Amino acid sequence: MGKKILLKGNEAMCEAAVQAGCRFFAGYPITPQNEVPEYMSKRMPQVDGVFVQAESEIAAINMVFGASASGARCMTSSSSPGISLKQEGISYITSAELPCLIANVQRGGPGLGNIRASQADYFQAVKGGGHGDYRLIVLAPASVQEIYNLTMNAFDWADYYRNPVMILGDGISGQMAEPVEILPYEPIVDLPAKDFVLDGCAGRKPRVVKTLYLRPTDALVTHNEHLQEKYKRIESELSLYEEYETANAEIVIAAYGITARIAKGAIRLARKKGIAVGLIRPITLWPFPSDPFAAAAETVGQMLVVEMSHGQFIEDVKLAVDSACPVEFLGKGGGWYPTEEIILEKIESMAAAVAKRGM
Amino acid sequence: MPTLKRTEILTDARTHYCPGCGHGIAHRLVAEVIEELGIREKTIGTAPVGCAVLLYDYFNCDIIECAHGRPPAVATGIKRVQPDKIVFTYQGDGDLAAIGTGETIHAANRGENITVIFINNAIYGMTGGQMAPTTLTGMVSTTTQNGRGEHGEGPPLKVCELLSALDGVCYLERTAVSTPKNVNATKRAIKKAFQNQIDGKGFSLVEVLSMCPTDWKLSTEKSVDFVNNEMKKAFPLGVYKDEG
Repeated sequence: MGKKILLKGNEAMCEAAVQAGCRFFAGYPITPQNEVPEYMSKRMPQVDGVFVQAESEIAAINMVFGASASGARCMTSSSSPGISLKQEGISYITSAELPCLIANVQRGGPGLGNIRASQADYFQAVKGGGHGDYRLIVLAPASVQEIYNLTMNAFDWADYYRNPVMILGDGISGQMAEPVEILPYEPIVDLPAKDFVLDGCAGRKPRVVKTLYLRPTDALVTHNEHLQEKYKRIESELSLYEEYETANAEIVIAAYGITARIAKGAIRLARKKGIAVGLIRPITLWPFPSDPFAAAAETVGQMLVVEMSHGQFIEDVKLAVDSACPVEFLGKGGGWYPTEEIILEKIESMAAAVAKRGM
Repeated sequence: MPTLKRTEILTDARTHYCPGCGHGIAHRLVAEVIEELGIREKTIGTAPVGCAVLLYDYFNCDIIECAHGRPPAVATGIKRVQPDKIVFTYQGDGDLAAIGTGETIHAANRGENITVIFINNAIYGMTGGQMAPTTLTGMVSTTTQNGRGEHGEGPPLKVCELLSALDGVCYLERTAVSTPKNVNATKRAIKKAFQNQIDGKGFSLVEVLSMCPTDWKLSTEKSVDFVNNEMKKAFPLGVYKDEG
């Protein structure tokens, strides 16, 4: 067991990034992620890295584009409205197949919204957000330690697949402090050589990083097919989730991130009352771990989706469940979060309805 | 009499530029400077969105194609990670002075040690002749069909004048490619802008007044006259800042 220190989620993400060799950060202040640029402004110079406070979210993501093309492990972070602004750059980076980390410490929306936690950017993160057919690898940590661990992994997967990775967090997990074991960085994959880097063409042919495909006429079709093949490969190789108390469960909760953390508390309360409830928590939101949901749907009576939005994540759960069992919903946007008691109440009403039907 | 020869910095590809366009001259000048300074193997260029987007088909060095207006931000990322490399942007008026104004001003004000080649032809070429931020007052374009000014467009944006107020900027010069003398002056300015970067002096920008016969709907000859008689009035040539 290594040394544990007390860190906010946002700080843990930064330290993990530094440990993983991130040496370029560009960002713009926005609540509730301000600890990230603040920490990086102090930490980057200590490791001969670069910190740039960009003039805009758009500039920040484009600085990351340049840094990634230069071969640096690099990242930017923001919160919901700022992530919307970055979408143009994200689309370009995915098409150019450059690695980077983008963190979204979600806040309430739409519009300027508020600065409370939210999970209402699920569609934006998982389904696209910018223009074109592309995918981000999207990770949803549920504790400060997991923020630390997944941030390290994120850089590896970004390099391995040459694809941007998004940490989809939220204002609660970004702001809350927990003891974190500062684990040393160890690559979890064989890292490929970066043969795309633009570093001057000394001793080799010039390289081009581009996203315009005009010739031949079907060049962009071919490029898209290539991207889709990569996405299929990622889907077949990368699927992370946690199951909690699902054995013999009559009701399974589907929740991710901080919501799953709260759901665990509700499950403990429900089990004390004799209701057999479990949890499936996706850790990768894309690729979406469909299999555990499909399997659970065959055995449990009902599923309950809990999320801090008006119903986005639920669509992927329903696709996975494929009508094999009823899927109930508990969620609101705008900075609302579920308490253990609110979830317990919903579980009890679901259990009662089943009991009534069974009579 | 100097012997004219091809520069190896340009590929053999035939450019897509229209007859009488100034991009070909500007490309050639940038390429000659890169060759003369011996920096090809440490140079990274950024291509804009606009007529020069295919820069990488013509230049024999590493190039990254950027989103519209973002080259100064991308160049910032590259240069900060690789301060020993030579990084240049090549941008048109829409890219640099409309959609990318923010990126331009802030890269300039930070004093990023990069070289910016700004081609000002007062029109959107690639999209077919719409108003540019630098379109002259009264000038006809497909979106100012009775001349700039009737929709409240304001006067043309003067980039060198604007940036000259910023303390972070090292070197600003406006030149043209409409006469042999201007072409020579442009090459000298571009060389200085690259040399400044080699010497670590900071943000250098050369604004090049350039012809666009196709979208101005003028002959190549009259386009040269338009630069010399109209554009130079609105955009006076000269050195706007030289901290080198």
